[in-house]
Amino acid sequence: MTEAEHALFAARPDLAAIARWVAPGASVLDLGCGDGALLKYLWEARKAAGYGVEIDDAEVIACIRNDVSVLQLDLESGLATFRDHSFDCVILSETLQTIHRIEQLMREMLRVGRQAIVSFPNFGHWSARLQVMLGRMPVSKTLPHDWYNTPNVHLCTVTDFEDLCRKLGVKIRERAVLHEGRPVSLLPNLLGSLAVYRCEGR
Amino acid sequence: MNAPQDPGSVGAVIAQKAHFDEPLKLRSGATLPGFELAYETYGEINAARSNAVLVCHALNASHHVAGYYRGQESELGWWDNMVGPGKPLDTNRFFVVGVNNLGGCHGSTGPMSVNPATGKPWGGDFPVVTVEDWVEAQVRLADHLGIERFAAVMGGSLGAMQAVQWTLSYPERIRHSLVIASTPKLSAQNIAFNEVARQAITTDPDFHGGHYYDKGVVPVRGLRIARMIGHITYLSDEAMMGKFGRQLRRAALGFDFEIDFEVESYLRHQGDKFSTYFDANTYLRITKALDYFDPAADYGGDLTKALERARAAFLVVSFKSDWRFAPTRSREMVRALLDNRRIVSYLELDAPGGHDAFLLEDPRYFAALRAYFENIDL
Repeated sequence: MTEAEHALFAARPDLAAIARWVAPGASVLDLGCGDGALLKYLWEARKAAGYGVEIDDAEVIACIRNDVSVLQLDLESGLATFRDHSFDCVILSETLQTIHRIEQLMREMLRVGRQAIVSFPNFGHWSARLQVMLGRMPVSKTLPHDWYNTPNVHLCTVTDFEDLCRKLGVKIRERAVLHEGRPVSLLPNLLGSLAVYRCEGR
Repeated sequence: MNAPQDPGSVGAVIAQKAHFDEPLKLRSGATLPGFELAYETYGEINAARSNAVLVCHALNASHHVAGYYRGQESELGWWDNMVGPGKPLDTNRFFVVGVNNLGGCHGSTGPMSVNPATGKPWGGDFPVVTVEDWVEAQVRLADHLGIERFAAVMGGSLGAMQAVQWTLSYPERIRHSLVIASTPKLSAQNIAFNEVARQAITTDPDFHGGHYYDKGVVPVRGLRIARMIGHITYLSDEAMMGKFGRQLRRAALGFDFEIDFEVESYLRHQGDKFSTYFDANTYLRITKALDYFDPAADYGGDLTKALERARAAFLVVSFKSDWRFAPTRSREMVRALLDNRRIVSYLELDAPGGHDAFLLEDPRYFAALRAYFENIDL
């Protein structure tokens, strides 16, 4: 691993978990891909090629600078540009919580991809619960925004997400719950601050 | 800005001409016995001849992409903001070629040229040329310049159609295709606007079936109206409102048919200016080239199949306020490229300029193009 990759995974531990689940040579669609760092890594480390989807102008330009194929599209209007099962893997990393129409997007991800990998900050982490109990909206490493300037609109817990998967008929194939980059196996919804899932459709 | 002192300018340029003796068979079935292309180049070709970029023009532009002619310092090339030393298409790194298309009126063989069969200007007899024909002519220029493979072909609008056609006609001779503010085919509405423009020209009493040169007249009225219609489609409602609003040109409404509003004055001015430098026969042919462009037509309308041959990497750019070739049209391209697993990036910029946004400096647009060009290996 290069120094840049170390830095990337230190800053975004979910990406290391996601990368492990992407098979070498897989075709990948990364929704909300930011500056394309994950796609760049997946290509360099696993020869997994793909496209990023990003709405923010500056991030799109950063992708181009990083030589990552990026499509400036709005995830809220669905994935109409992509055909059924056209990707091995559709990734939504730390973006779920910013999406308005989550159910639609989850369905679309599994229409377009053979599997979906989703990561999100766990609102069930004890520090979030404690802050709410003390009468404040949580601010933490995984939830860094103040309530008035957050891009997040749909925060959820590990349990909430699994309920939604059940409702949508989404099969959870693997799960990694993390805190400070380390896996949490005991009481994940309480002790984990970041959750990563690998899902498949029915 | 005083162009000659601008360090980002390619400076004074000289137009050149290349002559081709071998007849060119056109898509229409007609054959041009030989032809000339006017072109300009900026920057230096490298030893590997791997740094050439062809810039294709749209409706009314020419081979004069950047810089200025001596004595006409204020007449900058049409994409001077894009092309030059340190500009997004950096002439310190790339060898840039601008070419006037066949059928044009800026130096390349066109309706104003002499038809060798008659010794008179072609006029209305000049054949209808298509985007495919243009690419065939451009490839001869590439051979003439010793360019086996372009690092990139780029264009906006109709220029972008040529950048697409290159990937289909000569997939091995283009590495990157930059397709800006374009569409894989014109819609009925697009064709309708073109037809109104053509009708304006062909019904002008001074048109004479295209044989007006020797009569010493120009179908000025038709050209003016054609340009006015075109201009409306290049700007967004928002851009027009921002630029002119309902501002009056005179103190109060005149209750007559002279100019009341600024926008009327602007359109008339654009029309007048255009009719002094652009040829009506060329205008007719260029609008037909737009109408006829439809690479999917030979594949039962299946754009995915049509693009199967393409090998280039693509950058597709659209502008949200462009209602002439709206972003949905660019997305069709992107989708077909994704189906073929081509390397493609797509920018959909929220810029207010309408179709003309592709010619305007926008920091995001320019940063993206700069980054894209910087990543092209030479």
